Amino acid sequence: MITFVPRDKVSKNWTIIGPILSIFLTVFFGLLIFTFLGYNPLETLYQVFLSPFSRIDRISDIFVKACPLVIVGTGLMLCFRANVWNIGAEGQFIMGTLLAGSFALLFPSVETKFFIFIMIVIGFIGGALWAFIPAILKTKLNVNEILVSLMLVYVAMLFIDFIVRGPLRDPMSFGFPLSKPYPDGAIINKIPFPGIGYLGQLHYGILIILLLIPISWLFVNKTLSGFKINVLGSAPKAAKFAGFKQNTITITVLLLSGGLAGVAGVIEVSANIGQLQPEVSFGYGFTAIIVAFLGRLNPIGILFAGIIIATVKLGADNAQMSMGIPKVVTGLFEGILLFFLLTGETLQKYKIKWSKVT
Amino acid sequence: MDALMLTIIATSIPLLLAATGELITEKSGVLNLGVEGMMLSGAVGALGAVLWLGNPYFGIIAGGLCGVLMASIFSIFTINFMTNQVATGLGLTIFATGLTGLAGAPLVGKTVPSLPKIEIFLLSDIPFVGEILFKQDFIAYLSVAIIIFITYFLKYSKSGIVLRAVGDDHQSAHSVGYPVKKIRWYATCFGGMCAGIGGAYIPLVLTPHWSEGMTAGRGWIALALVVFASWIPWRIIVGALIFGGITIAQLVGQARGWPIPSQILSMMPYLATIVALTMISGRISKSNSVVPASLGKPFFDTQ
Repeated sequence: MITFVPRDKVSKNWTIIGPILSIFLTVFFGLLIFTFLGYNPLETLYQVFLSPFSRIDRISDIFVKACPLVIVGTGLMLCFRANVWNIGAEGQFIMGTLLAGSFALLFPSVETKFFIFIMIVIGFIGGALWAFIPAILKTKLNVNEILVSLMLVYVAMLFIDFIVRGPLRDPMSFGFPLSKPYPDGAIINKIPFPGIGYLGQLHYGILIILLLIPISWLFVNKTLSGFKINVLGSAPKAAKFAGFKQNTITITVLLLSGGLAGVAGVIEVSANIGQLQPEVSFGYGFTAIIVAFLGRLNPIGILFAGIIIATVKLGADNAQMSMGIPKVVTGLFEGILLFFLLTGETLQKYKIKWSKVT
Repeated sequence: MDALMLTIIATSIPLLLAATGELITEKSGVLNLGVEGMMLSGAVGALGAVLWLGNPYFGIIAGGLCGVLMASIFSIFTINFMTNQVATGLGLTIFATGLTGLAGAPLVGKTVPSLPKIEIFLLSDIPFVGEILFKQDFIAYLSVAIIIFITYFLKYSKSGIVLRAVGDDHQSAHSVGYPVKKIRWYATCFGGMCAGIGGAYIPLVLTPHWSEGMTAGRGWIALALVVFASWIPWRIIVGALIFGGITIAQLVGQARGWPIPSQILSMMPYLATIVALTMISGRISKSNSVVPASLGKPFFDTQ
């Protein structure tokens, strides 16, 4: 029998060992399931985890894929730290994209790249507005934010579908549900490298990460607001005694995470798609939940977590092409990973004790 | 009219079953957000079993077993390893989405025979009512039986009272000597079984073939139904029928060409969920006693 004994203080070692061990256990159990379902485990291992490193352009695509995950994950980090469960980032991503995209389509001839910054601000507003719905319902009426934010994902998916098939459909799209292409000013270019040309899809948008990670690190570690968020999540009673305004914090983290999800959407679509279409997100909002946890709810961790999860996502794309495995299998690995990560959190606080069955 | 009522009932049964199971789970103090995932596994398990064994009744058993299997994974982590229930539940749904996508890939494009209707002798001849209530399939009868059973169980049986005690104050229940973890395991697995059978109902009756993520948020709506019903079993029937009604109304609207875009109509069940949660919230915050007091809190065994 395994029993748990509380530790005197949180184990620093397990904060590091936990995620690493979780990754190995996830690979092991994931491959076990694949073997059980009749797939070749070694080929799966290669395709899902190693093939994304096989060429330089593929490696740079890892960063492209990690970009939206890290942006959304950083926002969710704030929510989860405050014990606010925003699981609707997917919807906020879509609505931010849609608002900024519709705005861009109003100016078909804009060329200046400065325009992108306006779109990012509008994307932030769009995502934040969508997150404002669960925020206001939670704080004013005590409605569960988990269910509301999730229901709004379905609503957002249907809404963008309606917009690109209806009002914003390009009459020249031959019946495809696509908007007109974005104006030049709304497109994020690929980064040219002298002598090499482009590296995969690597674009200027990922530079935002260089800004976001340090700012969010400073915010959660060095500012009073960041401190309040941490206290509210880890010791809600202490937060109450200290007189922190719980509702204000809840609304703030929801708006920030919704806004960041919207920003991620703007960058993703402006860099990789260049127009509005029914599917703009491909599950980034949900995957970012795993990224936030794998990154231990801290900005630098989230950067690495985003890269790891992006690798698996690209690997799954490759596996789909070469082995016919459906793309959704990334969920299988993500789910197992989350289980083990959470167990690792328990082991930070408790020691394992083996005892005889009595 | 009969036909419309029948489709409304059929649409509400997966919700009814999943919500009822989740109600028992939550009454024991466990919040399992993995309902969507358990329903998906039930759906894929049922399809696989029927394709393999040919008889739709095996689909019910397989669906229930797959749900229990998923609930067991959830229980190991949340009850034994004391992980965060919200995050683990999300993880279960994400895991099950991937697993069912993989397991369901070989089933794409195959259809299964649907669950036969069982006419109840004489009663089914009653005009209108007989047609609706007594010419149903096995799962429909089963779900009504489960509701009646758990109403009785929670109110009058000793085990039911113990279950509620565990959900309301696990420390006290533990100090009186009740096995908190074991009871939560059973309650969670019961929830998994119900969600699994509810999920099985989707391919066995509603759409007889596999598509990825075919539960389309029903698991989440079931979670909302438990709140909407304020943890009282019979109210789940009312809630499930309302949601069935809304779902069918929007389908009818689409078929009859109402001048509202189909996507806007399709939003109705999700928007209705938000409205329902908002309307009920006032009542719940006024009388906190309806919410199991230990809901979502991990239990640490001190000894």
